[in-house]
Amino acid sequence: MSRIASAFAKPGRSALIAYLTVGYPSPEATLKIVPHLAQWGCDMVELGIPFSDPLADGTTIQEASYHALEQGVTPASCLKLAEQLRQRVDIPLVFMSYYNPVLSRGLEPFCQASAQAGVDGLIIPDLPPDEGAELESATQKYGLDLIYLLAPNSGDERIDLIARRARGFIYLVSLTGVTGPRDTLPPELESFVTRVRGRAHQPLCVGFGVANAEQAQRVAQMADGVIIGSRLLQLIGKGDDLAPLGAFIQELRHRLDK
Amino acid sequence: MKLPDKEGHFGLYGGKFVPEVLMPALSQLEAAYNDACADPSFWQEFQALCHNYAGRPTPLYHAHQLSAKLGGATILLKREDLAHTGAHKINNTLGQGLLALRMGKRRVVAETGAGQHGVAAAAACARLGLDCIVYMGEEDIRRQALNLLRMKLLGAEVRPVSSGSRTLKDAINEAIRDWVTNVGDTHYLLGSCVGPHPYPMIVRHFQSIIGEETREQMLERYQRLPDHIVACVGGGSNAIGIFHPFIGDPSVKLTGVEAAGRGLGSEQHAASLVAGRMGVLHGAKSYLLQDREGQVSPTHSIAPGLDYPGVGPEHSYLKDSGRASYVAVTDSQAVEAFELLSASEGIIPALEPAHAIYHVTRIAPDLPRDHIIVVNLSGRGDKDIHIVAEALGGKL
Repeated sequence: MSRIASAFAKPGRSALIAYLTVGYPSPEATLKIVPHLAQWGCDMVELGIPFSDPLADGTTIQEASYHALEQGVTPASCLKLAEQLRQRVDIPLVFMSYYNPVLSRGLEPFCQASAQAGVDGLIIPDLPPDEGAELESATQKYGLDLIYLLAPNSGDERIDLIARRARGFIYLVSLTGVTGPRDTLPPELESFVTRVRGRAHQPLCVGFGVANAEQAQRVAQMADGVIIGSRLLQLIGKGDDLAPLGAFIQELRHRLDK
Repeated sequence: MKLPDKEGHFGLYGGKFVPEVLMPALSQLEAAYNDACADPSFWQEFQALCHNYAGRPTPLYHAHQLSAKLGGATILLKREDLAHTGAHKINNTLGQGLLALRMGKRRVVAETGAGQHGVAAAAACARLGLDCIVYMGEEDIRRQALNLLRMKLLGAEVRPVSSGSRTLKDAINEAIRDWVTNVGDTHYLLGSCVGPHPYPMIVRHFQSIIGEETREQMLERYQRLPDHIVACVGGGSNAIGIFHPFIGDPSVKLTGVEAAGRGLGSEQHAASLVAGRMGVLHGAKSYLLQDREGQVSPTHSIAPGLDYPGVGPEHSYLKDSGRASYVAVTDSQAVEAFELLSASEGIIPALEPAHAIYHVTRIAPDLPRDHIIVVNLSGRGDKDIHIVAEALGGKL
């Protein structure tokens, strides 16, 4: 069983998935934080490769990406960092990258390097399956899962398409909008998850806008996993005090296990 | 073969590289466009607006003095600068505005660099009764203060963009973020032949009116086609608009002129086709200015409308196929042509087509008088007076 599949194979446990922008506030911090996340109860970590034009992201991830790029973080240094993390954690690691840095390196070389670094999957927010055939074959060749996304306005035809093509899990974008914390979950979320559940066999994870333990708990009642990103970056901030992050993740874990 | 194909590809280029949330909106737009294509009343309305509101057809003007001064080829200017709001942009905004109405979307978002598309979008929305929000980089707001005021007068809300390089690329990012958020009731009125399918196809269609008129005007006046068509290329909508009706005529040479900024070796330019390589930005695969890691490069051009790291996917295809060729002209060369056209013809061009004019000043002297070059004079230069005055360092 792949590492991603095992993350969803624990009966009664909802997967807690953390997103970090690699290099925010520094590459050393990312290297330090990820093992803590595993220890505090995260089941998977998304490593965001910073990109100059993150058009699906809200201000928190935009600013973190900009900061990371200023620190000299590159796709190559992200690969290296993933390799170091793989020595320290057993949970699945997936890259979140916009398509251009992947294309720029070459799809096969990128997938080969990712697999060698011990990365388990890729999430490419600006690559719908309609353009994904080449990357699908490259990921499959190197044993990576290409994780596709669905949105609340996706019709049955899109759901069926992605259910045929997604590997690992399906990333359900909770709302029509960019990443970033919201005060409330969208009221249609439950019907959206139910709609996809009826047509797809993959585990379903919900991200975008999830910002507190109560929301995470609600999501866990509908889906197989909860993805939290921007809120974590806000808690990490630019300092080196990890206590607020630790308390938050442990509270999330506790609520999900209730 | 008719391009783009069904998936929106021009050979290797184009396509739909967008978040899943936008896929339904792109399908809806394509369906509305196909539906409109089959509806003669849509085109009657578009033509009527172009004629009565935008002032089309625009003249094909023989630049006698410029031609004489250069002492070679006959130079004709397609006077898009005389179109309402001062540039070719109005053709596309009227067309897409009508499509927005057809889709029942009353809220329109647009991006702008030079402000010309923003003004044209604001005007079309005012005319058609649509709400208009324009995203504009803070750097461009500084450079194009006049257009900011024009947009406000036309009833648009202008939202300054402070992320990234604070220019056109970032305004597009922000417009897309707005669209992603409000996709149900909002149409994204993209201003160039860039972006995901079907935008490059739709923008080409509305802008092709430039080339169609040029063709008719040539045949009527000279009983033949031009030998050469020259147009500036940022995203490339004025160029594709005048090129498209001539693509099937191999005797007509097509040249696009990009911005070489402070020089191609300076890393401060915007010449995607001349100096970039294949990449994906803003939803399409095309030539792109990027670093070796695939981060999009900062760009520079004295012409805000050319200050963009990407280019329409069809231009990438035309470059690779050899049907069109692309060259680049620097800031100072463009300013030289700006002054030359102003003084010789009494026409102040926008800095964007001044790039195309400069290229013509290089090639025209060696050509015979019966060689006809058409330059797409895509906009007028009132907006650029301050930039040029600054560039000339008080000599104006």
